[in-house]
Amino acid sequence: MPQSMKLIKNRIKSVQSTQQITKAMELVATSKLRRAKDDMERTKPYFDTLKDAAEEILATNTEFSSPFCKGDPEKPCCHVVIAGDRGLAGGYNANLFRSLSVKDGDFILPIGKKAEEYFSKKNVEILSRDYVVAGNIDASDCMHMALIIANDYKEGKFGAVKVSYTKFVNVLSFVPSEEELLPFVPKNEEKREHKMLTLYEPGVDAVFSYLIPQYVSGIIYGAVTSSVASELSARRNAMQSANKNADEMISDLTLKYNRARQGAITQEITEIVAGAEN
Amino acid sequence: MEYDLKIVTPDKVAFDGKAERLVARSVDGDVCILARHVNYMTALSIGQVKVRKAGEDFRVASCSGGTLIVTNGSVLLIASTFEWADEIDIERAQRAKEKAEKRMQDKATDYEMRVAEFKLKRALNRLSTGMK
Repeated sequence: MPQSMKLIKNRIKSVQSTQQITKAMELVATSKLRRAKDDMERTKPYFDTLKDAAEEILATNTEFSSPFCKGDPEKPCCHVVIAGDRGLAGGYNANLFRSLSVKDGDFILPIGKKAEEYFSKKNVEILSRDYVVAGNIDASDCMHMALIIANDYKEGKFGAVKVSYTKFVNVLSFVPSEEELLPFVPKNEEKREHKMLTLYEPGVDAVFSYLIPQYVSGIIYGAVTSSVASELSARRNAMQSANKNADEMISDLTLKYNRARQGAITQEITEIVAGAEN
Repeated sequence: MEYDLKIVTPDKVAFDGKAERLVARSVDGDVCILARHVNYMTALSIGQVKVRKAGEDFRVASCSGGTLIVTNGSVLLIASTFEWADEIDIERAQRAKEKAEKRMQDKATDYEMRVAEFKLKRALNRLSTGMK
């Protein structure tokens, strides 16, 4: 059976070369993941303090009102959707897209090549295509995005702003989630009973309108880092199981190959013996 | 007299410790914070920030906007970007400056013009801080 032996040998080789790729991808994702996790940890204090400051303003100034605090459910919504740049990360991109609640006519700010690909076929308006590579987004990019969003929000282009991203819980679990950025609604009001007297320069409204883009950019940046970490660990897990499957396939095929080899030898011996008897 | 100062940006904590004097560029002009300052909150524009610890020289940094908050004697500076003078990548700032200038000459749309102007301001601020 030399023919089938050759076939099996070729299969083994092809599985092995695929395994080389998945192994390499797993290693790359593992080392990148460590950095992404560090990045994610570092954004936390920034974001927490910003949110506290904005809530403080709202809590201590009761008669204060800002366009950023008022939403309009009738108007289209702006979604900042953060997906990955590449595939081969298990269900990372598909899970996120499945969780979205985008309506026709909504505005989209895609981050990540996969998000841009996904929405270019849909009936939505894309706000900007400047930020499609999720791996390259830095803090100042987020600031620009936030300025665009805050400006359009103030002009009434959309009634709410939401960010959809994949929340990194730990290396094995990451959930697609959605957070509402604007209108800004303070969450833990009862915590601040003490009213502090604070001096605002140039004024409460001005300070608050400077704070909001910063707050938005802080959340977007945090969401980007969290998504990048999720993408990498999703890829690592996918590659890990691909590796395991390849191992199983190789051992299975090797067994078949050995059987075929033995069969061929047996057949040859039988042929020789039969020839000698004549 | 010294007070607690913390400077945070999205990607790092740039300063966390005691300081005697902080000078920052707010949207209304430079402000200087000393110990026992009243509770205060202001928005920062693109400009330099100087920090001095007791008995030391000023350390200069470039900051591209943020918020300065004083609560009960401790000071918090939330910056969108913040680099100490010795951390500034001058070549990168130079490139950013040239790119922004080119954009502005290309007669971009109103919105692109604003973005380019913003980027140019930041690059110039980095350059002037970093070259010193």
